[in-house]
Amino acid sequence: MLMVQGLACLRGDRLLFKNVDFELSAGGLMYVLGENGSGKSSLLRLLCGLLKPEEGSVFWNGKPIDLDTDIYQADLTYIGHLNGLKDDLTALENLQISARLAGNQVDDAVALNSLAAIGVARCANLPVGVLSQGQKRRVALARLWLTRSQLWILDEPFAALDTASVDVLAARLGEHMSNGGMTIITTHQEVTIHAQSTQTLRLSA
Amino acid sequence: MNDAWLIILKRDLLLAFRRRSDVATTLFFFLIVSSLFPLGVGPETAVLSSIAPGVLWVAALLAGMISLNRLFAADFTDGSLEQMLIAPQPLALLVLAKILAHWLVCGLPVVLLAPLIGLQYALPNDALLVLVWSLLLGTPTLSLIGAIGAALTLGVRGSGLLVALLVLPLYIPVLIFGAGAVAASQHGMSAQAHLSLLAACSLLSLVLAPLATAAALRISVE
Repeated sequence: MLMVQGLACLRGDRLLFKNVDFELSAGGLMYVLGENGSGKSSLLRLLCGLLKPEEGSVFWNGKPIDLDTDIYQADLTYIGHLNGLKDDLTALENLQISARLAGNQVDDAVALNSLAAIGVARCANLPVGVLSQGQKRRVALARLWLTRSQLWILDEPFAALDTASVDVLAARLGEHMSNGGMTIITTHQEVTIHAQSTQTLRLSA
Repeated sequence: MNDAWLIILKRDLLLAFRRRSDVATTLFFFLIVSSLFPLGVGPETAVLSSIAPGVLWVAALLAGMISLNRLFAADFTDGSLEQMLIAPQPLALLVLAKILAHWLVCGLPVVLLAPLIGLQYALPNDALLVLVWSLLLGTPTLSLIGAIGAALTLGVRGSGLLVALLVLPLYIPVLIFGAGAVAASQHGMSAQAHLSLLAACSLLSLVLAPLATAAALRISVE
């Protein structure tokens, strides 16, 4: 269970948000909504431990995430607005490296399957640098078919995707939640995702 | 579980292989800078062999430094650095793998090339051998200390120059012991003391630099 208490974020001199509290339990989906610049991405980075909060704390299964960092990070998959792909490596290589970095041994066939799941199997052996924006995004998102972590934090996962891929991804998210996973997501698009419980956090600038 | 650092090492070596021209730049820089001196100073062997230790070491130092920017910058812009920070692996170990890859790609070729360049300076055989040893023991320190500078200046405007200002003063001990080792052997003395001190610098920075770099990266990514 993810629990957030009194979170505040200061960027430079600007207070982006304060007193953010919520709880997310197994099977839960949370939308983070807000205008551009309201601190959605900063909130997600705070939840990952990439940013340190000005105030408040984040607890994973009752323990602060900065104490049991390794355990938390093993349960976490974060896909930010940067794809985290190397242009000079092929889609397959990128996917395998990020899976192994997350602690999963993945062979070629499994990695190929996950690329196929989101429709970029054709690009498996191409260097990521030659792919289009949407294809790159899909290669980054293919990690979601490999990961076994419980908490997914996704920053605008639907941006740059075509409608077919949006549906595929939404189905995958639904599957994750029905297996007891949790997802925190920012999006500007209307997408239906099935979850046991859905909540919305609105950040105002 | 801890083969993660091996994955990063392999990844960085593969990337360097796919971008061979970047690697060649460093090597050619070393080659050209150290070849300019004999042309500028003149072919007097006595003069050349007396300036050789200092010149070769400074060239190696600068060659190692110009490649430092690449150490984390690409990973920072494409987001793979964030993924490393939140990977369930000790960050210092991943950083060490990156530094090792940097040394293998930028440091080791300089070590191997140095005796050839040394011939231009009419260095005697045993001085050439000491030169190789001193570079072999000293260049890892350059990569290790350089990584701290590269991590601290990540994402800062004009980071190339800033890294030089930060890191070059810290390279001074390595330069003194490294050039000193070669000079000592030229004068018929033992280079043992200098080489031991170089090895000590390497070991000390091997322990401390990855931790400092990891901490600096966490700050830079915030």
